Amino acid sequence: MKSDSKLLSAPYTVWMTVFIVLPMLLVGYFAFTDKSGSFTLENILSVGQYSNVFLRSIWLGAVATAVSLALGYPLAYIISKVDARRQNIMVMLVMLPMWMNFLLRTYAWMTLLEDNGLINGALAALGLPRAHMINTSGAVVLGMVYNYIPYMILPLYSVLTKIDRSVIEAAQDLGANSREVFLKVVVPMSMPGVISGVTMVFVPAVSTFIISKMLGGGGNLLIGDLIDMQFLGSAYNPNLGSAVSLVLMVIILICMGIMNQFDDGGDTEEGGILI
Amino acid sequence: MKDTIISLKDITVSYDGEQILGGFNLEIHDGEFVTLLGPSGCGKTTVLRTIAGFIRPDAGDVFFYDQKITALPPHRREVNTIFQKYALFPHLNVYNNIAFGMRLKGRSEKEIKETVHRMLAMVNLTGYAHRGIGQLSGGQQQRVAIARALANEPKVLLLDEPLGALDLKLRKDMQAELKKIQKQTGITFVFVTHDQEEALSMSDVVVVMDGGVIQQIGSPTDIYNEPKNAFVADFIGESNILDGMMQEDYSVRVAGHNFRCLDSGFGKNTPVDVVIRPEDIKVVEPDSTLIAGDVTAVTFKGVHYEIIVDVAGFKWMIQSTQCCRVGDRIGLSLTPDDIHVMKKSEYSGMYGDYSTFSDEMGEAETEGEGDSCGKVNASSGTWAEEEGGADEI
Repeated sequence: MKSDSKLLSAPYTVWMTVFIVLPMLLVGYFAFTDKSGSFTLENILSVGQYSNVFLRSIWLGAVATAVSLALGYPLAYIISKVDARRQNIMVMLVMLPMWMNFLLRTYAWMTLLEDNGLINGALAALGLPRAHMINTSGAVVLGMVYNYIPYMILPLYSVLTKIDRSVIEAAQDLGANSREVFLKVVVPMSMPGVISGVTMVFVPAVSTFIISKMLGGGGNLLIGDLIDMQFLGSAYNPNLGSAVSLVLMVIILICMGIMNQFDDGGDTEEGGILI
Repeated sequence: MKDTIISLKDITVSYDGEQILGGFNLEIHDGEFVTLLGPSGCGKTTVLRTIAGFIRPDAGDVFFYDQKITALPPHRREVNTIFQKYALFPHLNVYNNIAFGMRLKGRSEKEIKETVHRMLAMVNLTGYAHRGIGQLSGGQQQRVAIARALANEPKVLLLDEPLGALDLKLRKDMQAELKKIQKQTGITFVFVTHDQEEALSMSDVVVVMDGGVIQQIGSPTDIYNEPKNAFVADFIGESNILDGMMQEDYSVRVAGHNFRCLDSGFGKNTPVDVVIRPEDIKVVEPDSTLIAGDVTAVTFKGVHYEIIVDVAGFKWMIQSTQCCRVGDRIGLSLTPDDIHVMKKSEYSGMYGDYSTFSDEMGEAETEGEGDSCGKVNASSGTWAEEEGGADEI
């Protein structure tokens, strides 16, 4: 029996070694070596000078995550309350934008937000003053929320639909009004969904580079852009790029570690996808 | 007479256009253990949920003492429910589950702590306060659910088939325990079940329901000994239900003979249903009595044998500690006390004899040992056990 399962898992083990473990080791190797290949801490130390980029990325990622949660939770809650047929339609509508290419979606926002874009055109036509929207941090957050909010809604929805109706009734029965039912039962029971939603929005939002490049202009450089520049851009320096990636990874791990502390329910309920 | 604590007046409830209850009336007295008994879909859970406030009736009113509570939401009613699947809060430990209701009422933590420990002691779970719900067995979860509901000091406790998910042994223990708790606290219990044995052994009052209609209300002994119609007779325990003709008061013609009975007031020459409980029938020599027939099946049940007898085409069930063999001709002896006469109802004729039953039994019998009698009582049990043991090897 044992050897059977080993045989079955072999392709996965090989895949993970070649495409996940090895690249990680390579990133580590590059981060701690210079161009000639000898050991150095210089790359890691010089990451410090980009601390403002890190702070901005984490800040914008956190804001986008908070906005996604604030918008996504009520929607997920509403979807979980309607009848099954409507639920399917609404879930499909949430996922619909994801079927469109990511680049195209972000590009569409560019044309909407531009100084001479559709929104400003419409404002001008109505005789209203134009608003400067593109190349602001607000536009970056908007792009992040727009692109990643399905990843917030879906785990929340999946956890909320799994809450047993009789548990809600038990709370009402014991004297909880609808506000108390929500705060004392629904919210705590949906925490696994909140955590996986937050993880799934925060991680890609912090490391995105396309969104900031297209909607943030030059003034909103994020970690993703910084890494992009080291590998493909003008400032070609894979060693520094690797060091930045490594530091980002550590920061995200720390953030997730802190997040998971909130889910101290002990026995983890299935339904939430914990990363 | 005790005060009426809950009364339902002309309650009508429909789901998706299908009427579950129509003009339903019920009064529940303070301090009683009342059981709603019936097959699934008979509306018993709907009655319970109407009392709890989860269902707002389409018509009719619910009264708590003399106060109308029809429109009162569940959280403002002084009743608590124990749900079929316990419905404990999985994100809270045992202590916080039990404390949930008291915290909402703003009790002090000191008082809560004292009550939680008193409740845990009552349900024999002392020392489990800080366990997670996932670490408990089904029986333990059920006890926590009981403690959680009782900690709220409800006037009425509603129990929706709370023992359905437990195994037989645990069920028996919990039945005794629930009964004990009810006596101790004096709280009115409204218990829903489809298990007639459970209903008979626990209740002060049994309400037998079918098709959204109350068939009979009475004490367990009344319900068993004096069933009002064929449905009740069939649903509660085993019974032979025969067509009969009331000749006059205290005389009924059944199975081709006239018998003396204790029933009167049906009028002369009235068709009736006659119930004879299998355990009331005495097995005698065939020529010493009016009714005689051939044994078609015998099943050993532990305390007694279940014997199916074909009497002129009608198959009777007899429960007797005396053993017979398939093919034996035996006599059936009845005393007036054994015969219970009921008015004809819509259920008459729906419950026939034990012919389908005996066919199944017959098949099982041919597979088994040739001699079904073995030795009576305990010795047969050990014999069966030894056989089971041999199979394992």
